[in-house]
Amino acid sequence: MTDSTTDLARRIRLQCLHMCHTKRASHLGGAFSVADVLAVLYGGLLTADPKQPRAPQRDRVFYSKGHACTALYATLAETGYYDQSELDTFTDNGSYFTSHVNHKVPGVELSTGSLGHALSVAAGVALAGKRRQAAWHTYAIVSDGELDEGSNWEAILFAPHHRLDNLTLVVDYNKIQSFGSTAEVLNLDPLADKFKAFNWETIEVDGHDHAALAAALSKQGRSGKPRVVIAHTVKGKGVSFMEHQLAWHYKSPDAAQFAAARAELLQEDQA
Amino acid sequence: MRNSFITTLMAQAARDERIFLLCGDLGYSVLEPFAEAYPERFLNVGIAEQNMVGLATGLSMEGYTVFCYSIGNFPTLRAMEQIRYDVAYHEANVKIIAVGGGYAYGPLSTSHHTTEELGMLRTIPGMVVTAPGDPAEVDAMTAFIAQHRGPCYMRLNKAGEARLHAQPPALKLGDIVPVRVAAGGASAAVFATGDMVGYAARYLAQHAPHIDLYSFPFVNPIDRAQLAALAARYRHVATLEEHQANGGFGSAVLERLHDLLSDGELAALPAIRRIAIPNAFISSAGSQDFLREKMGLQLNGWHASLS
Repeated sequence: MTDSTTDLARRIRLQCLHMCHTKRASHLGGAFSVADVLAVLYGGLLTADPKQPRAPQRDRVFYSKGHACTALYATLAETGYYDQSELDTFTDNGSYFTSHVNHKVPGVELSTGSLGHALSVAAGVALAGKRRQAAWHTYAIVSDGELDEGSNWEAILFAPHHRLDNLTLVVDYNKIQSFGSTAEVLNLDPLADKFKAFNWETIEVDGHDHAALAAALSKQGRSGKPRVVIAHTVKGKGVSFMEHQLAWHYKSPDAAQFAAARAELLQEDQA
Repeated sequence: MRNSFITTLMAQAARDERIFLLCGDLGYSVLEPFAEAYPERFLNVGIAEQNMVGLATGLSMEGYTVFCYSIGNFPTLRAMEQIRYDVAYHEANVKIIAVGGGYAYGPLSTSHHTTEELGMLRTIPGMVVTAPGDPAEVDAMTAFIAQHRGPCYMRLNKAGEARLHAQPPALKLGDIVPVRVAAGGASAAVFATGDMVGYAARYLAQHAPHIDLYSFPFVNPIDRAQLAALAARYRHVATLEEHQANGGFGSAVLERLHDLLSDGELAALPAIRRIAIPNAFISSAGSQDFLREKMGLQLNGWHASLS
């Protein structure tokens, strides 16, 4: 799986780059940081049928990083939920490809963009799965900055109390939020200790290591606790001049930056 | 009203396995029968209303009809963005229930005065906003919202309200419910919502039996044709609500009547007196009746002006 998901992650990043460049869109840094998580999930780990996005037996994915929409839209296009050409309408007048994630897009479970909403909804879905003894699994993907929102901590308290071991939370821990680093704005550390204290099964991984992600995100071996996967990531991952840079929360690449970034992403694949 | 709610909800749950009840750690001496009868469809989520509404959205996505029960402003204002973005935008089948509407928890202070939520909720697209007028209307409305697909809100008063209807009225979306209509054809009517219907029924029976009374259990939507017919029938109307004047029930009536006028569906407007809380907080303790009187939620001034 790893080789193919690595290639999928590269294609997701190229598509994000293209979308942000052509439509002057933002949030490329957070799209790049989460691209590997999405590639591993959608590249074979999920029970999913792109032709039946609402199939009852599918695994449910709640993507709370609504601002990093390009990564999810690109992933769903790359994995067959709709044609790549549909992404050409991204942010156009009348397009359902809005620049925060939209549930009108096939494969998207929940519209997000206001932070701190999706984990509660995912917990409700997981609770329904528990009450009905369903086989499917629920994933929620949140950014680190949005853990500032108190509503998340209500859900973080709730899920272990109700033994929702059919729920996996992924934190895209790229350490940079909207207006500064997480350490400067509102420190989350020690983040793993917080989740452990809240009774979550807590796993920390390199969020760009596909083998480690695949093991952490596996549905097997659950033991009565929800699982959090703290994915240590790099904002802007894959393009040297975007990595660790707050500016790429906002900037869209101009022609020269687009060309340079594209060359790096293609080169990285060959390396 | 809260007992009517839980009795009817249990009857609905007996024949509809989709019904699920969440509470925000409130409902002592009210919700226990449901929790005991349907433990697999009940959960006390703790004092965490934002999470409760998010959970409800998730449960509804899996086919449940989810009721969220709490008191005062907690299930609405505290979770307003979850109601707007998670519930309403996704057209989730979630029903928000607040007990203690208006000044029902009068002595408990402004924290518990529920006097802005109707106006806030009725701006949200697709939100059915209701405030039944007596226990019989609560029965009817609970059954209605349990079977109506989509987001709903219901404001309850508390307990011990008099029944104004012998039987629960049949309700369709937006219905206006006659409470007392004089045979001879009155020239004035009171349009009331929530527990102010009960106050108006008592006042009119004692002081003005010639004035008609209608309950508006739906604050949003209000049936257009029914409203137009009433507006054409009366020369004087008072709207009456236990809610701030800005944006509440009276505002909703005025907006719709003016739309009817400008659309040519109504020849003229009646003279309308809007009786509501004058956009002010109150910081003294007091019973519900005391606070209503202090804030001018009375019919006598309007009634005196008619003669």
